[in-house]
Amino acid sequence: MAEDKRFTRAQELVYELKVSEVMTRQVITVRPENSMSQLRRILKENFISGTPVVNGNRHMVGVVSIEDFINWLNSGEDDTKIEEKMSRDVKTICADEPLVHAVSRFKEFGFGRLPVIERKTGDLVGIITKGDIIKGILKQIEIDYHEEEIHRYRASHIFEDIVADHAALTMQYNVSGGDFKNAGKSSSDLKKTLSRLNIHPKIIRRVAIATYEMEMNIVIFAKKGEIKVEVMPELIKIEAKDSGPGIPDIEKAMQSGYSTAPDWVREMGFGAGMGLNNIKKCSDEMDLKSQVGKGIHLTFIIKMEKEKV
Amino acid sequence: MTLREIVEKLDFKVKAGSGKLDNEVKGGYVSDLLSDVMANSQENDIWVTLQIHQNIVAVASLNGLSGIVLVNGRYPEKETIQKAETEGIPIVVSKLSAFEVVGKLYNLGILGVTDAGGV
Repeated sequence: MAEDKRFTRAQELVYELKVSEVMTRQVITVRPENSMSQLRRILKENFISGTPVVNGNRHMVGVVSIEDFINWLNSGEDDTKIEEKMSRDVKTICADEPLVHAVSRFKEFGFGRLPVIERKTGDLVGIITKGDIIKGILKQIEIDYHEEEIHRYRASHIFEDIVADHAALTMQYNVSGGDFKNAGKSSSDLKKTLSRLNIHPKIIRRVAIATYEMEMNIVIFAKKGEIKVEVMPELIKIEAKDSGPGIPDIEKAMQSGYSTAPDWVREMGFGAGMGLNNIKKCSDEMDLKSQVGKGIHLTFIIKMEKEKV
Repeated sequence: MTLREIVEKLDFKVKAGSGKLDNEVKGGYVSDLLSDVMANSQENDIWVTLQIHQNIVAVASLNGLSGIVLVNGRYPEKETIQKAETEGIPIVVSKLSAFEVVGKLYNLGILGVTDAGGV
């Protein structure tokens, strides 16, 4: 089975978010001159299993963990300063690094937490755990989701907010003839836009099919063309114009199966002679005008009333 | 039935959109004419075809199809795979002919439209 090459939003966020955005800023720290017996109380009261050791200048000089504490107990030594027992080889991460660096460092060292330092000053500014990373990503996903919700909300209520005797939202898509690579893009973009406007899926489907067929006609036959879409509260009107060869016999062209497409186009599965027919089937009104040698002018209307939102 | 179950049962090879294999398949359509598919396929259909160029992705995406099965072991073009990944359309390949693929899908309980007009 092929590997999934697409990134999930969560994976993206691991690269986008900085350590400083998700870290815990309030860090419990100890001083090097604190005693090991004090350490026990600090760890116990704060439910933590280790803590950075910071000097008077907020510089981190080491880390002391519950393991260091147990080792000290086992050794039966007298109470001593933390700096005697802490480990000085400290793995840290800079506040401006992306989360993915923290993730790989957790993996590499098997740690559950990393002290965060300011790159320029070396000051301890926070601490990051796996939990912080998960919380940070979830929070960002929630923000993204809200933004999309607001987006949708605004778009779907646009006509309620406009006070006018006549209101229409107009979009234009330019189509290049012969560009099979981008063929279908205008219809796809239009489909996305219409679903943002909260238009009924069945209406969207009809608009998308009809527009796709028109788009393909331009791609196959014309040099260039444009598709103008007007969304009104009661209907969607689509006007397509191209500078192509035009249609000599419209009646014939409307017959299902009649096609003038060249063979190489047909081999790709286009030019089945169903395009205009499909447009007619999908629309409530259709008007096709053509001038041979100049191009065509196709207008079709899809009414909203049949499928109320 | 999900596309994943079909892929496993019929030994299709996934070439794109492996993240969307949990798409529900409610029916099927077979055709190599894009306009025919535009007109007659239903949402959540699995589409059997030998067309391999990138426009099949647009057709599948516009019609809300669950996935595309390429027959006769035909390999999708590079652009087709790229487009399928961005649009989230699964493309799977079978070494069988269209007739065999459709027969096996039918045996799994995937049906087509019984009235596509005319007559």
